[in-house]
Amino acid sequence: MLLEIKDLKVKAEDKQILKGLNLSVNPGEVHAIMGPNGSGKSTLARVLSGHPGYEPNGGSVTYDGHDLLAMSPEERACEGVFMAFQYPVEIPGVNNSYFLKAALNAVRKHKGLQELDAVEFLALIREKIKLLEMDQSMLNRAVNEGFSGGEKKRNEIFQMAVLEPRLAILDETDSGLDIDALKVVANGVNALRNKDRAIIVVTHYQRLLDYIVPDFVHVLSGGLIVRSGGKELALELEAKGYR
Amino acid sequence: MTPVAEQATAYAERFAAFHNEPAFGSDRVRAMREQAFAAFAANGFPTSRDEEYKFTNVSAIAEAPFGCQGAAEPTRKALEPFLFDGAIRTQIVIVNGRLSKTLSSMEALPRGVTVDQITDAVTAAPSAAAGVLATTPFVALNTALFGRPIVMMVPPHAKVDEPIQVLFVNTPGEHRMMAATRLMVVAGELSELTLVESYVGLAGTGQGFTNAVTDVILMEGAIVDHYKIQRETTTAFHVGAMFVQCDRNSNFTSHSFATGGKLVRNDVFATLDGEGAECTLNGLYLAGGDALIDNHTSIDHAKAHCPSHEVYKGILSGNAKAVFNGKITVRPDAQKTDAKQTNKALLLSDSATINTKPQLEIFADDVKCTHGAAIGQLDDDAMFYLRARGIAEVDARNILIHAFAGDILDRIKIDAVKQRVEKVVYAALGAL
Repeated sequence: MLLEIKDLKVKAEDKQILKGLNLSVNPGEVHAIMGPNGSGKSTLARVLSGHPGYEPNGGSVTYDGHDLLAMSPEERACEGVFMAFQYPVEIPGVNNSYFLKAALNAVRKHKGLQELDAVEFLALIREKIKLLEMDQSMLNRAVNEGFSGGEKKRNEIFQMAVLEPRLAILDETDSGLDIDALKVVANGVNALRNKDRAIIVVTHYQRLLDYIVPDFVHVLSGGLIVRSGGKELALELEAKGYR
Repeated sequence: MTPVAEQATAYAERFAAFHNEPAFGSDRVRAMREQAFAAFAANGFPTSRDEEYKFTNVSAIAEAPFGCQGAAEPTRKALEPFLFDGAIRTQIVIVNGRLSKTLSSMEALPRGVTVDQITDAVTAAPSAAAGVLATTPFVALNTALFGRPIVMMVPPHAKVDEPIQVLFVNTPGEHRMMAATRLMVVAGELSELTLVESYVGLAGTGQGFTNAVTDVILMEGAIVDHYKIQRETTTAFHVGAMFVQCDRNSNFTSHSFATGGKLVRNDVFATLDGEGAECTLNGLYLAGGDALIDNHTSIDHAKAHCPSHEVYKGILSGNAKAVFNGKITVRPDAQKTDAKQTNKALLLSDSATINTKPQLEIFADDVKCTHGAAIGQLDDDAMFYLRARGIAEVDARNILIHAFAGDILDRIKIDAVKQRVEKVVYAALGAL
């Protein structure tokens, strides 16, 4: 098992958001987490990535045999946990390509691999950027600065392609995308599906699951997973709502 | 005797003794020096009651007099770190206020450019105006006591494509010493000049105080790219004033980098005195520990159709204090003025402080003037974003701090200068 969440309780700003959540994820699986607004979907994504605004106050998260909650955000990333941000952060003055090279080399160093030099890095990202149908010029812009909503989300999946995580958590990556961007992003994610990589897709809309077909669908409501099923559950939810 | 009276007496004695030295100068210079000393003696050093020094306490300078005796001239090797690794061939080196012929390299001085030490020239500089002497005590003290000035003339139409460095070295040794330095640059009509004005210090057990005055005069259509790099020791005092006079269609850009000193005060007084003149002031200052750094800028739009741009950024840690005061004056005739001012400060600790004040005085009605100030800490969201991609906390912090500083560093126009200044800034950032 890659990820095992047991009875997880999480507070944010003194409010109990997650109230005893259980979830198990195996390598190669795609899990969709659906649910109404305010149910705790984004809290789950953020707490898994180590966001400092969320305070776990019960239960456990085991990732590849390690206590995930005890790890710093950078350790999690280096160990292969990746969260695609719902709202990617703009960082003026930091070149996108420089940032990505620093990130990739931090991960490689952690794995005991040789750091890539400028030439090797460029060759790698030129290959990966095609996957997201992104313009090369985006590499030389400041991280997410002045990017459209679609560009930001593509940039997230592009980073995922470069960093090659073992567990990817996509936090409402579909929200705010037009249909072309949605297809590009979904194609990117699908290209990154493999037997070793698990993906958790957090979404409000069933539509994304037309493009990224999950193995499991879970309904998060009131801080708990209240239903789980196969991909057909998403269609049922679409037709009947979350009740 | 009160300490203030005691130090006034000490400077009066130094001034009296100076009368007998050849450097004191001609009758014209004498009159200027007498007037300057009288102004200093009447007002003394500024206190916090003085609006221009409200947040900058100079009592550490005022509490005891400074002599003019410093350590012996340093070796060339000791200066190597400050010589831009050979990328700048012309080096005019001033040690404790005196030109060093042995340490200077003038062989590559571009054709037509002259450097001399004729004191008379200074009497015509903007810094010598009676109003200036009456209102700026440190400039008055400098004017009374500076030795021989450095006067650089760039002839009309000359294009000086290699930068020239004027390197002021302060080596107090075990003494409490003030170096009163004086630089005057005249860029002739349609000439072009890149000038690096550096202030460095060599450590000693004493206390060094650089009291610097620079005049830059741009004739019609002249273009001057000016760099001030202030990186003295952590115990040094530095009070520097630069007066810039821009004639019609001239273009002046200043890049100010300040990384060292216990108390640093920079004043820039720029006057746009001809239509179509343009002035850009960029600044980056770093302070940690108990350092205080104060940047006062004043841009005087005296004529119409002049743009000015100003961006100052500061990075503060520890108990450091900073002051930024950006004054923009638009005279009644200065229609179509376009003035932009931005200042930002990044506070890396809870106990670092900054006092920032834009000061716009506008007497014309058809102008554009904007100003903005932002003070903040490192962006938590950006920190988390970088860390969530595997970048260690300390590296993420450095990336964000460098990005903040990079905005000013990227404005440096000459690569050879940029690379070295980046090194200086990054080293100073590492020590914050």
